[in-house]
Amino acid sequence: MSDLENKLYTVKYTPDSESHLLPVQECCRICQSKICTVICPANVYEWDYDKQKLIVKFENCLECGACRIACEDSSLGWCYPKGTKGVMFKQG
Amino acid sequence: MAEENKTDVIVVGAGPAGIACAITIARAGKQVVLIERGKFPGSKNVFGGAIYAQPTREIFPDFEKTAPIERKTIEHKYVLLGENDGTVISYRENSDENVSYSVIRGKFDRWMAQEAVNAGVTLVEEMVVRDLIVENGYVKGVKTEIEDYYADIVVLADGVNSLLARQIGMRGKLNPEDVALSVKEVIKLPEDVINSRFNVESSDGSIYEIFGGPMLGILGLGFMYTNKNSVSIGLGVALSDLIEKGLRPYELLDKLKAHPQIAPLLKDGELLEYSAHLIPEGGYKKIPKLVNNGVMICGDAAMFVNNMHWEGTNLAMISGKLAGETAVVALGKQDFSETELSHYTEKLENTFIINDLKTYKDLMSGISERKKEFLGYYPKKINEFFKMFSTTESIPKREKYHKFIKSIFTDRKLSDLFKDFWAVIKLLWSILVK
Repeated sequence: MSDLENKLYTVKYTPDSESHLLPVQECCRICQSKICTVICPANVYEWDYDKQKLIVKFENCLECGACRIACEDSSLGWCYPKGTKGVMFKQG
Repeated sequence: MAEENKTDVIVVGAGPAGIACAITIARAGKQVVLIERGKFPGSKNVFGGAIYAQPTREIFPDFEKTAPIERKTIEHKYVLLGENDGTVISYRENSDENVSYSVIRGKFDRWMAQEAVNAGVTLVEEMVVRDLIVENGYVKGVKTEIEDYYADIVVLADGVNSLLARQIGMRGKLNPEDVALSVKEVIKLPEDVINSRFNVESSDGSIYEIFGGPMLGILGLGFMYTNKNSVSIGLGVALSDLIEKGLRPYELLDKLKAHPQIAPLLKDGELLEYSAHLIPEGGYKKIPKLVNNGVMICGDAAMFVNNMHWEGTNLAMISGKLAGETAVVALGKQDFSETELSHYTEKLENTFIINDLKTYKDLMSGISERKKEFLGYYPKKINEFFKMFSTTESIPKREKYHKFIKSIFTDRKLSDLFKDFWAVIKLLWSILVK
């Protein structure tokens, strides 16, 4: 396991079946920096070169909102997961 | 409008701001519904952190008797890290006056919310407010995933991302320089190990405020807090700097944990939980419109964070209390107009909250302009000085001093030195005078 996987392993989640993070793939394709794949503290975003598509591991999301603000052209659809879903910090 | 879905005030977000607001309203005998999106209050929250006794007592006078407190802060350490070395200034005093306490939000926020429920607040958990209901220019209620709720006043205490304030145009777009991304790890260690490593008794604790190290030259600071059986270590870096330099926040944290000045303190600790959160850093210039017809904004949603002094929960609690008091008066008059609710803004302007944000309004931009110098060169130079001062290698001291002083003038251009000096004067002027 990578260092980050070890960290995320300690976080309690109740994942939803659908994503609360909705990138506009046409915008991602032309995005130069793909900065969400770097700054996200849970490494939720990964660029699939073969499929030319942004993969979103939304179930790992820590709900900080950094990607929403960092998104180069503000195209990322971002909302909170449903009330019963998402991250649950015990030690915040 | 179904009458059973109508209350006096709806508060969105059960953090320190929302809870302080709701309890103030309930204590005045008014109906208030507090809506929290997490499984329980605190379950979506992350902070350094410590809470401050004086502002907390304003809301919960005897909280020290029953609240889940970890340790009382008796020591503040200001740690200036070089690549491998470090210089520490430590202030230590064991007193009960105006102290701070380390707390775990998952326990402490839950305790505060329970106090609010005991005071008559209706707490609704696991519910996300998706939209505000606006009728005839007045905010009239909230739309949740389940149903609509109506109220005379809605208070937004929905945190740094405050999508709701943005939706109704009270807040502009946040830019990467307006927020810091913070990552934190809580590391389990036996109580007696913490006591000996941090040189404290079981009830007492220490706070580390960390400059430099893996954040040399970037706008970021580290922190460490002792809890009863764990140590919280983390850092916050301006999102704009993470973007500019392409940095991964957890990698910076790993480097901080591995720094020779920090690693021995955490040795053999077990990671209990990793977390992340945004910190509003926009300051005075980014304060949103705080009131409108039927609505007020407080806490992080209002950008109420004093980053110079690591304060946030206190600004949240006091702003929440003031919003609550304003709501109570407005309910008495049955006037929910912007003019009436503007008493909240007036009250805020007479408190430390707005005054402090004003005092530091140029701080972040001032430091950011010369971050390579103030957060890179000088921290290294200070460590270099102490290295020179504390080592012995049979070289005459005067020679060593001369060499060090000369290096200050030859490391960089003279004009840079002058720019640094000028920037410091400007910053001091903005903080102390302007």
